[in-house]
Amino acid sequence: MWRDSLRGLIYVAWKDMRAYYFKPPNISWGMLFPGALILAFAVRTPGDLRALIPGLVAMTALFSATSMEAIVITFERRTGALERLLLAPMTLPAMLAGKVLGGMLFGVTISAVVLVGASAGFGLVAWRLPAAFVALIFSTAAFSALGALVSVSVQEVFEAQTLANAIRFPMIFLCGVFVPLEALPGALPTVARLLPLTYAVKALDVALLSGPLSAIWLDLAVLAGFTVALFVLATGILRRRLD
Amino acid sequence: MSEEVPAIEVKALKKRYGAVDSPSSVLAVDGVSFRVRPGQVFGLLGPNGAGKTTTIRMLTGLTRPDAGEAQVLGLDLKRDLPRIKKRVGVVPERSNLYNELSARENLMFMAQLYGVPRPERGARADDLLRRFRLESRRDTRFGKLSKGMKRALTVAAALIHRPQLLFLDEPTGGLDVVAARGLRALIERLRNEGVTILLTTHYLEEAERLADRVGLLVDGRIVANDTVAGLKQRVADGETVVEIRYRDAMGSDRVRLYNDDGVTGVRAALDRAEAAGREVISIDTVRPSLEDAFIELTGLSAEVMQAEKGSR
Repeated sequence: MWRDSLRGLIYVAWKDMRAYYFKPPNISWGMLFPGALILAFAVRTPGDLRALIPGLVAMTALFSATSMEAIVITFERRTGALERLLLAPMTLPAMLAGKVLGGMLFGVTISAVVLVGASAGFGLVAWRLPAAFVALIFSTAAFSALGALVSVSVQEVFEAQTLANAIRFPMIFLCGVFVPLEALPGALPTVARLLPLTYAVKALDVALLSGPLSAIWLDLAVLAGFTVALFVLATGILRRRLD
Repeated sequence: MSEEVPAIEVKALKKRYGAVDSPSSVLAVDGVSFRVRPGQVFGLLGPNGAGKTTTIRMLTGLTRPDAGEAQVLGLDLKRDLPRIKKRVGVVPERSNLYNELSARENLMFMAQLYGVPRPERGARADDLLRRFRLESRRDTRFGKLSKGMKRALTVAAALIHRPQLLFLDEPTGGLDVVAARGLRALIERLRNEGVTILLTTHYLEEAERLADRVGLLVDGRIVANDTVAGLKQRVADGETVVEIRYRDAMGSDRVRLYNDDGVTGVRAALDRAEAAGREVISIDTVRPSLEDAFIELTGLSAEVMQAEKGSR
């Protein structure tokens, strides 16, 4: 039976990418918003622009992996199309994993374009790119699982957008890109350490700039933990909603 | 001789939505039991909210029952759901394929999900498009198809893996007369091909035409389960109704005579007409309809079902 589930998982991801993800508005939204944010920050606070690249790539990963993911499941639940997948010979976790995989692959593709472009533009060393790709894979997995959790938690598509933004925007300002974690007031540094974007930025910073690469493992492990926890939570909520 | 394995066997299936003590709690299915033989068309007939769709959702694994047992194609619903899913097709109440994919892409996607061997996928998709007269729309996105075409494609998608058992939830709901007739003809063809079908409907004439056996479902309970003829027989109670239309000096009119058998009834009707000097226009034996049986056995009025027809 695991073969049926694995096959279903792959085709669900493939179908989502064809049907929803690789459309011009999604591609531009995933790249433009983080780019504009970073540009505004760079203009306001001139300095070493290279230091902003990990944040730019991590935010691109966040927006591209969650923007459609947070909508797709809600949308398909509304149209009844999600039930079509659940009628197929695969388990509910496999179906949801297919959805997460679709968002993750889209996120990796879009942020990899930004990563390679920024690396070329700012002369980052090429041998660090494989580690950055690994960090991207772990980051987009966590973000896509977050998108899935948002998507199964609401009833309407507009609610999914609202909830996704309510989670994404605080993460952006607490992730250490614009204000170092140590400079955050009160309990905010602790809050920041509970957010996946913080670890994505750290992992990409280690991979691209600050090294040594051995320091990346802890951040990757935390991101993997986020992925599992968010996915399990999303699966439980979806199962309860279906019952 | 070995005993025939039922296509579906349901025992005391129950499903409640919401917590028991919640005011919004609904006992959607309340101890439903029935059997469907292989090759049979079984109709679950009842008004909206009777529990028809919930029963199908439980039997297809979309919703977990609170209590009871079910076997589908000889497999246990709780333990063997993935194997059951491979062998059944489902046409939900809503046509729910993917708006963004074309008619053919939708069929190909379903073939992929159900593990249809790669070399056969295209041929099966094209064959179904031909059978459902959708060839000219093969590259049209699902979202752009007419309601009838969407319904036809949804049925086609449920057949791509050649299921042994087909669940049809209100298959003709919302279709125009021509599209509904076409779909009913297709259901008859599938029955002739040996596919077992569980059909839910609140169209009495649809159940009467298509179903070998009908379960009348009201408030989550099966109140009667019999063949269409058997259900009618129950309300006929051995009595034959003879309706005679006649003409006399006062104009034309009709009378109904109730007798133990048709022949006696017709003779009596003719004798009475002759004695009264009336010219007989026609004589019919009137049998109870499924609607008569439904009203008698469920205690619901025909208006309940008529109102639902109108609301669709």
